[in-house]
Amino acid sequence: MLKYIFKRFLWMILTIWIIVTLTFFLMHAIPGDPLDVADVGSSDAASANLAAYYNLDQSLPMQYVTYLKNVATFDFGPSMTSRSRTVNDMLESGFPASLQLGLATLFFSVISGVALGVFAALRHNRMIDYVTMILAVIGISIPNFIQSMLFINYIAVNIEFFPIARWGTYRHVILPAIALASGPMAIIARLTRSNMLEVLTQDYIRTAKAKGLSARKIVVKHALRNALLPVVTIMGALTAAVLTGSFVVERIFAIPGIGQYFVSSISNRDYPMIMATTVIYSSILVVMMFIVDILYGFIDPRIKLHAKED
Amino acid sequence: MSGTLLEINDLAVSFSTQGGEVQAVRGVSFAVGPGETVAIVGESGCGKSVTAQSIMRLIPEPPGRIKHGSIHLHGKDLASLTEKQMRNVRGKQIGMIFQDPMTSLNPTLTVGDQLTEGILTHEKMSQREANKEAIELLHLVGIANPDERLKQYPHQFSGGMRQRLMIAMALMCKPELLIADEPTTALDVTIQAQIIDLFKEIQEKTGVAIIIITHDLGVVAQIADRINVMYAGEIVEYGTVKEIFYQPEHPYTRGLLTSVPRLDGDRSQPLIPIVGTPPDLFAPPVGCAFTSRCKYAMKVCQAHDPEVTELSEQHYTKCWLQDDRVEKPY
Amino acid sequence: MALTQNRTNKQKIDDSLFVPLDKHSAELDVMVRPSLGFWQDAWKRLLKNKLAVSGLFLIVLLTIMAIIGPWLTPYTYSEQTLSNQNMGPSSEHWFGTDNLGRDMFTRTWYGARISLFIGFSAALIEFIIGVIYGGISGYKGGRTDNILMRIIDILYGLPYLLVVILLMVVMGPGLFTIIIALTLTGWIGMARIVRGQVLQLKTNEYVLASKVLGANTSRIIRKHLLPNTMGPVIVSMTLTVPGAIFAEAFLSFLGLGVSAPIASWGSMANDALGVLNTGYWWRLFFPAFFISLTMLAFNVFGDGLRDALDPKLRR
Repeated sequence: MLKYIFKRFLWMILTIWIIVTLTFFLMHAIPGDPLDVADVGSSDAASANLAAYYNLDQSLPMQYVTYLKNVATFDFGPSMTSRSRTVNDMLESGFPASLQLGLATLFFSVISGVALGVFAALRHNRMIDYVTMILAVIGISIPNFIQSMLFINYIAVNIEFFPIARWGTYRHVILPAIALASGPMAIIARLTRSNMLEVLTQDYIRTAKAKGLSARKIVVKHALRNALLPVVTIMGALTAAVLTGSFVVERIFAIPGIGQYFVSSISNRDYPMIMATTVIYSSILVVMMFIVDILYGFIDPRIKLHAKED
Repeated sequence: MSGTLLEINDLAVSFSTQGGEVQAVRGVSFAVGPGETVAIVGESGCGKSVTAQSIMRLIPEPPGRIKHGSIHLHGKDLASLTEKQMRNVRGKQIGMIFQDPMTSLNPTLTVGDQLTEGILTHEKMSQREANKEAIELLHLVGIANPDERLKQYPHQFSGGMRQRLMIAMALMCKPELLIADEPTTALDVTIQAQIIDLFKEIQEKTGVAIIIITHDLGVVAQIADRINVMYAGEIVEYGTVKEIFYQPEHPYTRGLLTSVPRLDGDRSQPLIPIVGTPPDLFAPPVGCAFTSRCKYAMKVCQAHDPEVTELSEQHYTKCWLQDDRVEKPY
Repeated sequence: MALTQNRTNKQKIDDSLFVPLDKHSAELDVMVRPSLGFWQDAWKRLLKNKLAVSGLFLIVLLTIMAIIGPWLTPYTYSEQTLSNQNMGPSSEHWFGTDNLGRDMFTRTWYGARISLFIGFSAALIEFIIGVIYGGISGYKGGRTDNILMRIIDILYGLPYLLVVILLMVVMGPGLFTIIIALTLTGWIGMARIVRGQVLQLKTNEYVLASKVLGANTSRIIRKHLLPNTMGPVIVSMTLTVPGAIFAEAFLSFLGLGVSAPIASWGSMANDALGVLNTGYWWRLFFPAFFISLTMLAFNVFGDGLRDALDPKLRR
């Protein structure tokens, strides 16, 4: 098991390194000088100064080495748009809001998705099953930014409980988290339901029943655990969807998170900012997939065997 | 019959499907005494597994349904118990073993957990005591290092070992009756023999009664006291092992016996298969269900359901050839 | 004993019936049901699914409207009439006008063209790349498979938004940039499905049997592997379309999609963001409604298709 975790860990580090490298060279392959965009004074001396400030005067390999060193120490350098602030400052100010929103979304989508899926499966082919599945298709079909706008337009305006914009209390989190969570929730609910239905027909469920266990015990102990295995595997992909989705939702609800910096950094060609956000988001994604792998190993004892075969 | 443990009377089980009602079991009756071994033999789809699962009320309802009949265990009708009352019978009074030991164990739980969860439900007992019981039973079914093995997962066991686990699991609460649904079918031939020996050994040691469901006459000959031959949801012949093997009366039983090789018989005799396929149980035929495959079929077989004829105290068959007016063709 | 209880009166039955039946073997094996091919069977099952059929009907309807819709009005998608700003739906402008006085009906169906075009082309390109990549990976197995899968692992960690942004900057914004950007990482899912299917099918007995009978590689791929992987692949393609439509709308909403004045549902929704809570409900309603309806139609149809093609999953 330890060997397996270690191997996965090395693989995770390697992936992050490749992504960082790719990002770096892709950003530098973009035609045009980033300093053209920032409104620099016309003097050559000023340009040279700025170039030095952003390490742009070094050769490309040197820049790469410097960049790697900085990334390893989580130092993303100064921003290009707001020159007085470093990227780290901006990330630090935006991170708490984004983290809160992201965690609330994941929490909400997993809990309610699993609950709905199990419920629908246990009431298979009854009213609740149909209603849940119809709601799930609708949840998948309405894009999160549309939901956000509808929420603001129809719910936040009419119900004072929900603030329209800004950030701070738990009340601010609810609407954006629901808008962001409904897609993943629907996916989890559908997956849980079909797995649950599949698992309930397995022979070992009949064995458990033949032992005289109660229906509740069979569901909780024997069925749920096995039904949730595939759900765990899609957590990585879902995290990615929530991360990207947060860009627009943060924008619509005017949440002061990393998303807003990312969106504006694109149009401003703020290289350090783009790279920093990319590296952070990719890392979150890769770390999440690492955690999922390990978690899977713990839940399903058969995985250990596969690791040996590797 | 005095000293009866389980008595099934005119049991009928149907499944409703999109295409209509499938009459899987159509009026089955038999009895099992304490400590004896009764076999149910027949082709796939003849209703033997459904019969077994109905005793435990394990058929999914819906679509399955016990249409009529009774299943008396110690005089208590299982068919009329509530689900909650039935849970006290399952695992405690009746243990069950299934066909495929590969899929019948939960892959994500330890063997110890699965062995003890039944007894922990039925009896007031600590996990430690339950483990002790489990270790004792693993010894009994011939699994070495039981205390180590309890912590392992099913995938760490071979097929034969898993079936031993299943047997141990079914015996945990010392049931009076063990139902084994095709317990050897999914196993290698060499392992099959070991498992059958294990059944005999267990019966000697614990005195448990066994209902064994199989299509393998070899298994039946080794283990059973009495045999029910099932065809198309009905019992067509019933008798002791000797009677069924040496004086088979029903053409289907005779067909079954001539279709498998025998070590004690004349080995130059060809094996004769039973031609055709069993009838569609969506719409069972009028008269005898075996008519279309029977080489001795008569007009009466198509028109009327045959009656049960008593050949000896322990030997019955359901066939028109037993009628006085017929001269037996064999 | 219980067996003997259903005794009827034997003597009632006529003696003449106790004679052997002749030719009874003629009626053997008459219960064979008519057999249907896999695709015929799947098609029948699909037609039985009312939801899926209505999804298909909607897709056809939306496609037709995307083609003819913009021609049904005297306006063009970019024609500005500043005196007609933000007019509600009326007999002249069926879906109203936007803040530049452009006709929303024309723009909505023009946007449908963009969305459907992107959806269909993305699905097609992902299909081609995914089947080839996944097919090679699964069929070759071993080292090749290992390397190809590691590449996928890395690409998977790359946020597609970044890829899109980089491409936007390098290639300039536009329809084809979006399609390329979407398919650049989008084929991964398809490749994984194909690989999994091939890997599993390859070990099936009938493939082995065909090999033993002397079939060559190309025949095995053509006759056995491809037809049997098609089910999940087609389903995945159908479900790729709403994904691509969503991605386009999402990018256009972020200002990264098609550039003005070209209409797209995403950019129209983005335009409406500025007039939220102003009472110009049609500005948000129409693009939002049609994105959702299109995605719903494809999702429902895709689900129905999956149920029809995979009887095992039918629940």
